[in-house]
This record gives sequence, C-alpha cells and structure tokens, in this order.
Amino acid sequence: MLKKEKSDVKNPTRRDFLTTATGAVAGAGLVGACWPFIQSMNPTMDVLSKATTEVDLGVIKPGESKTVEWQGKPVFILHRTDKQIDEMRASNGGKDPIEDEKRVDVPNWLVVVGLCTHLGCVPSRKEEGWLCPCHGSVYDNSGRILKGPAPTNLERPPYQFLSESKILIGNNKV
Amino acid sequence: MNKLVAWIDQRFPLTQFVKQELTEYPTPRNLSYLWNFGSLAALVLVLQVITGIFLAMHYKADAKLAFDSVEHIMRDVNYGWLIRYMHSTGASAFFIVIYIHMARTLYYGSFRKPRELMWWSGQGLLILLMATAFMGYLLPWGQMSYWGAQVITNLFRATPFIGDQVVIWLRGDFSVGDATLTRFFALHYLFPFIIIAAVGFHMVALHYVKSSNPSGINLQAKDNIPFHPYYTIKDFFGFGVFLIIYFVFVFYSPNTFIEADNYIPADPLQTPAHIVPEWYFLPFYAILRAIPDLFGGVVAMALSIIIFAVLPYLDRSKIPGGARYRPFYRLLFVVFSIDVVVLSYVGAKPPEGGLILVGQIATFMYFALFTALPAISIYEEKWLRRRGLPPEVEELITAEENQRDIREGKTQS
Repeated sequence: MLKKEKSDVKNPTRRDFLTTATGAVAGAGLVGACWPFIQSMNPTMDVLSKATTEVDLGVIKPGESKTVEWQGKPVFILHRTDKQIDEMRASNGGKDPIEDEKRVDVPNWLVVVGLCTHLGCVPSRKEEGWLCPCHGSVYDNSGRILKGPAPTNLERPPYQFLSESKILIGNNKV
Repeated sequence: MNKLVAWIDQRFPLTQFVKQELTEYPTPRNLSYLWNFGSLAALVLVLQVITGIFLAMHYKADAKLAFDSVEHIMRDVNYGWLIRYMHSTGASAFFIVIYIHMARTLYYGSFRKPRELMWWSGQGLLILLMATAFMGYLLPWGQMSYWGAQVITNLFRATPFIGDQVVIWLRGDFSVGDATLTRFFALHYLFPFIIIAAVGFHMVALHYVKSSNPSGINLQAKDNIPFHPYYTIKDFFGFGVFLIIYFVFVFYSPNTFIEADNYIPADPLQTPAHIVPEWYFLPFYAILRAIPDLFGGVVAMALSIIIFAVLPYLDRSKIPGGARYRPFYRLLFVVFSIDVVVLSYVGAKPPEGGLILVGQIATFMYFALFTALPAISIYEEKWLRRRGLPPEVEELITAEENQRDIREGKTQS
C-alpha cells in the first residue's frame, strides 16, 4: 500500500489522468442534465398540436379576404378576382421584387402571414392591398411591399391544397 | 488569468477566501460518511430550486387550473414528467438527508458547545423546510393536498382568543380555497430563498467553529487535513451515490412518495376515507393525535420540534462528544430512534384500538427521554469516571474544570 502511494507521488500524471477523467464525466453529466430543462421551455405538445390550421375556402367570395389564425398568427387568405390577378401579373412589386407567380400556388388564392415584416403589426385590408397602421407600410394584392419601412414582402406560410376548396396551413410533418 | 485574479484580489478577497474556506480549511481527518449529509442537503436544495423554477414556468396557481396544469406538465411539457418527479421525489429525499444529518448530530453530540448556534440555525432550517414542503404539497390541488392543508391550517384554531380569525386570515377564505392556493404558491417560491440565506448563516457558523468529528474531541492541528481536495472529492462521491438512489426512485418508482388519492382533484365537500400526511410529518402527526385535546395536541406537537433547542443544556455530562464513548447516552439515542419509528408507524395508521395507547406511550417516551437526559448524563459521567476514563479524556476534563474554577475565582492552592 505504502509502495503504491510512493509510485503515485513519483508519477503524478496518473493523478492528473484521474482528475481529468472525473472532471470530464462530471462535466458531461452536468451538460446532459441541462438538456431536459432546456427542452421543457420549448413549445409543449398541446401547442405543437395547434401547429396546422385547416381552412375551408368555399365561404370566401371573389374579391374578399379572410383572416385565419395559424400558430397564433393571423394569416390572410385573399380570393383574387381575374382583374386583380392581371394587375399583379403586370407588376414585379417594389422594394423586394418578385413575380406574382412565385407568390401563389393557384392564381386565385393568395395566402400570406398577416404580420407586417417591419415590426409585426397586422396590416389592414384596403382595395389595392394592405396598409400597416403602425408605420404606414403598403402591400399590394400579392402581399409585396410597395412603400414604407417594411424590408420584405409579407411572408408565405407553408400550405397545401387538400382539395379544390380546402387548404392546410403549416407543415404537417412536425 | 493570473492578471485577472490579481485585479480581483485587490478589490475582493478571492484568493484569500478560497484558501481560507477551501484549500486550507482545516477539516478533521477522521470524518465518516455520516458527515456527507450536510453537503448532500445543499445538493438537494439546489435540485429543488432548479426543478421548482422550471415547474413554475408551466404551473397555474389557480384553484380552477392547478390540478390540470400539473397534468399538463406531466403529459404535454417536454420532460415535464421528469422535472415534476424530480421535484416530488426531491422533497422526500430532502427530509431523508436532513433527518440523517440530524441523527448524526444527535448521535455524536455535535450540537454541544461550541456548536449551539449551528444546532439552532439547523433547527430553524428544519422548520423552514417543513413549512416549504407543507405549502408545496397544496399546489397539485389533489384530495390529499387539499385536506392536508385544511387540517394543518385548522391547527391554528388553537391560538388563544383569536383562533378562528387567525385560521380565516391564513386561508384568506372560510375554507382552503383559491386565495389559499395562490398565497401558498407565492410563499412556496419565496421560502427556499430564505432557506438559502439561513444556510449561509449555518455555513458561516460552521467555518468558525469547524466540523465536529466522531471522537467528540477537538483535534490537534496535525490531525486536520485541508477540505480541498480530500473532502471535496468525498462529498462528490457522496453526490454520486445519492444521485443513483434518487434517480432509481425518479425513474422507476416515482409514485412511492405520492399518495394515490392526490390524483383525485380537490373536493371541498368530501374528505378521503383515510387521510395521512407525508411520511416526513408522521411522528409529529402521531404526537398531535396522542393528546385528546386540540390545544394540548398542538402544543405537544410544536414542543416536540422546539424541544431540540435545549439539548445543549440538557446534556450535563463533562465527557466530550456523544454516543460513541458514552453507553447511557447511546442507549438513549437508540430508544429515541425506535420511539420515532413507532410514532411514524402510529401516525400512518388510522387512530383505532390499541394504536391510540401505543401512540400515547410513545409520545410520553419522546418527552421523557429529553427530561431524563440531565440526570442520566450526570450519572453517566460519574459512573464512567469511577470506572476510569482514558487518561487523555480525564486530562481534558480536569483541565476544563480547573479553567472554570479559575474563572469563578476558586483558585486552587
């Protein structure tokens, strides 16, 4: 026993190894223990279950728009008339140019998140698009920013047509 | 790095503090594993505070929502089941650790001079812990939560003259209700921070009088070793063993410490057929029930906790330390331990038949042991000295007697 202790003193790297190994295991354990606590602050199961919204399009007449809730955010669904589609096809938007074709899946239906890309207010519906009441950003009927402080077009949420008159907003692969 | 430390040292005694309280802090070399339970209690306190803060992020302190919000934590919150079971198991673990810590203090006489303030602050910590645990138990708003709180708040009816008003004031309602739940939540969140402050006091006192040790005699300097690394690593080893046992319960048997009735939402119109407090309150509950009178029972129960405070004065023996070298004291300790176990058993059972008498006898024994201690310790000292103590101990005692005589002016010729 005494002999062994002596060799430890002579060979301190053995102690270093033990100290490092103990510290590494304890450190890994501590980091691992943080995981459940960090995860517990992420959206809970009942919140995730509200991650998609199904919308019946049948009730929206041409030229009308409807606001639905998706993940606690407003989503504008605009049933565009042929005239509106033609107008939008003719322009390329403003500050954040993009063709109208890329803004929609089906030309009649525009689906955008109804939060101004400036600071997140809900723009109000106008004949020619939307106007944000907070700082006056103006969007057209393709949800593209025309003027005002907002940097980008209204965001396109992920959605898919379940049938001709029904869409599912959100990614159903959670 | 060294520059940074030097910068801090000019403004804050960092290096000095680490040296004095850690790397050069003298600790008796002969401490057994029973001296691990203080640091273990600190570990459990930290676990309870952390899990509690994360639970509070999802819990709703509202009589209509509380029960469901706990189920929400169990089912919907990511790892909510783990955090809640850690917290509920942690409550029991806290009491196990604290009771062992106290038993060690009793057995080895660590409460004796000069550690009275450690003993009393520890006792204050126990009472704070009990209050915190009691208020936390109401929060799940199950049947046991509700009726436990109803019964315990009713104890304050024993307050002379204004009993009924005090109870209503405590509850903020005519029975335990939404107001009670919300205030219990607020205080359950506050108390741990008071506990942390009291632990600070406990630690300052400890580092002044230093740890006791199994021999009961203050060791000479050469028999002390620095706290770090010897006792840091020993404490960490204790943490490892504790965590293994703790997580066996958390993962495999989390409902061992939860009454099944508490999964029934609180119903103010119906008391569960068999109502019991949490296991850690059982001995005191048995003492409460042993006295067939509200006021007397409450007084006896309060006394059963407070009476520990006078122990340093009840033990009249001049022989240092506790049970290790004092056979009579050891016998008292063993009888007391058995008595507490008997009381726990009686407290867990319905108050019927012979058990009532057993509870009363055990209650009598509980107080009789305290009362008998002065006479027994004096007799024990005489008996042991007659039979011959080890010369070192005898020397120690005579030295102390001489010193006291000098102080009192009875100089020896």
